[in-house]
Amino acid sequence: MDYGFWIDLALDIVSAGFVITGAVFVLAGAIGVIRLPDFYTRMHAAGVTDTLGAEMIVIGLMIQGGLSLITVKLALLGVFVFLTSPTATHAVANAAYKSGLKPLLTRYRPHAGSDDGGAA
Amino acid sequence: MASRLFYGVLLALVLAVLWLLLSGYWFKPLLVGFGVFAVIVALVATARMGLLDGESVPFARLPQYLKYWGWLGAEIFKANIAVVRIAMAPDLNIKPVMTRVAVTAKSDMARTTYANSITLTPGTVTVEVEETGFLVHALTEEFADQDAFRDMERRSIEAVEGKKALEKPRGEA
Amino acid sequence: MITPILDFGIAIVLAVSMVLMISRLFIGPTLYDRVLAVNSFGTKTVLFLAVFSLMVGRGDGLDIALLYALINFIATIAILKFFRYRSLDVALSQMALRRALDGEDDD
Repeated sequence: MDYGFWIDLALDIVSAGFVITGAVFVLAGAIGVIRLPDFYTRMHAAGVTDTLGAEMIVIGLMIQGGLSLITVKLALLGVFVFLTSPTATHAVANAAYKSGLKPLLTRYRPHAGSDDGGAA
Repeated sequence: MASRLFYGVLLALVLAVLWLLLSGYWFKPLLVGFGVFAVIVALVATARMGLLDGESVPFARLPQYLKYWGWLGAEIFKANIAVVRIAMAPDLNIKPVMTRVAVTAKSDMARTTYANSITLTPGTVTVEVEETGFLVHALTEEFADQDAFRDMERRSIEAVEGKKALEKPRGEA
Repeated sequence: MITPILDFGIAIVLAVSMVLMISRLFIGPTLYDRVLAVNSFGTKTVLFLAVFSLMVGRGDGLDIALLYALINFIATIAILKFFRYRSLDVALSQMALRRALDGEDDD
C-alpha cells in the first residue's frame, strides 16, 4: 500500500513533466505564429504546436489515464494528429505557393528600416 | 489473389479491433452485430475499389514504421527546440530559403512518407512535389541541410520498401 | 492529487494559445494565414477537449476530440479546394484536366 503511493506519485510527476513540456511548446508555437514575419515562416511555428506540443500533451494524458480505453483513444488521437497535420500543412503551403504568394527570402530585420519589406 | 485475401483478412482484423476499442461494447450482441456489419461494409467497399494491397493496408509493415517513427520523433524533438529558440529570440534573426531536394524513391508510399517527414520536422515544409524533387521551404539555412535530407530519405525508403530496395540501382522510372 | 490542478493549468494555457490563434485569424493578411490559423486552432481545440474530458473524468469527450480531429482535417482541405477552384463540385479526377486546360497558371 505504501508502495502504491510512491508509484502513483512517480507517475504523476512523469505525466506532469510531459504535459507541462507540451503546454510550453504549444504556447511557444502560438507566440511564434503571431511574431514571425510572413506566411511561410509562420507555418513552421504552427508545426511546433502540431508535432511536439500535441504529442507531449497526449503522452502525458495517456500516463494519467492508466490502463483503460481512455489511453487507447488518446493513442489513436495522437497517431491521427501525427498523420494528418503534415498533410494539412503541405496542402496550405502548396495552395499558397500555387496561388503565387511569394516567400520572404531575404534576412528579416525588424529594427533596421523597411528595406526588405517584411509584412508584419 | 492470395495476397488480396491476406490483406483483406488483415484489414478486417484491424477494423474489428478498432471498432471494439472505440465503442467499448464487447458483450452486447446487437451492438457487436452492428459492428460486424460495419466491418463487412467497409471491407466490401475497399475490395470493390480495388484497394486491397500493401499500400492501402500498410499494417503488415508496422514494426518497420514504428522504428522509423522513433527515429523521426528524435529528429522532430531536436528541430522543435531549434525552431522555438529562433521564434522566441528577441531580435528574430531569420533568413528563410527555398531549396530543391532530390528524390530517388519510386513508390508513392515512400515518396509520401519522405515528403510528410520533411513537413513534420519543424523548420522545413515541402511546398511543391515534382517528379524528381521536392521544393522545400526552410526557416533558416541550417535547416536546409542536404545530407540530413538524404539520410531521411534513405530511412523512409528502408521503412516503406524494405532494406533490399536500397541496394537496387535507382534512376530509371 | 496534483493532476486536477495541473489539467486546469494546461487548459488555461491552451485557451490562451487559442486566443492567439484567433487574433492571427483576424489580422492575418492573406487567406492562407487564416486557413493556417483555423487549422492550428482546431488542433488546440482537440487537445483542449482531451484535457477537459480527463478533467471532468468522463471518457466521452475523447470521442468528440477524435471526431473533431477528423472534421478539422477535412475542413482545411475543403476550404483550400473551394478557394482554389471556387467550387466544391469538381471531382478530383477532373482537377488535373482542368489545370492542364488553364495552362498551369490558375489565379
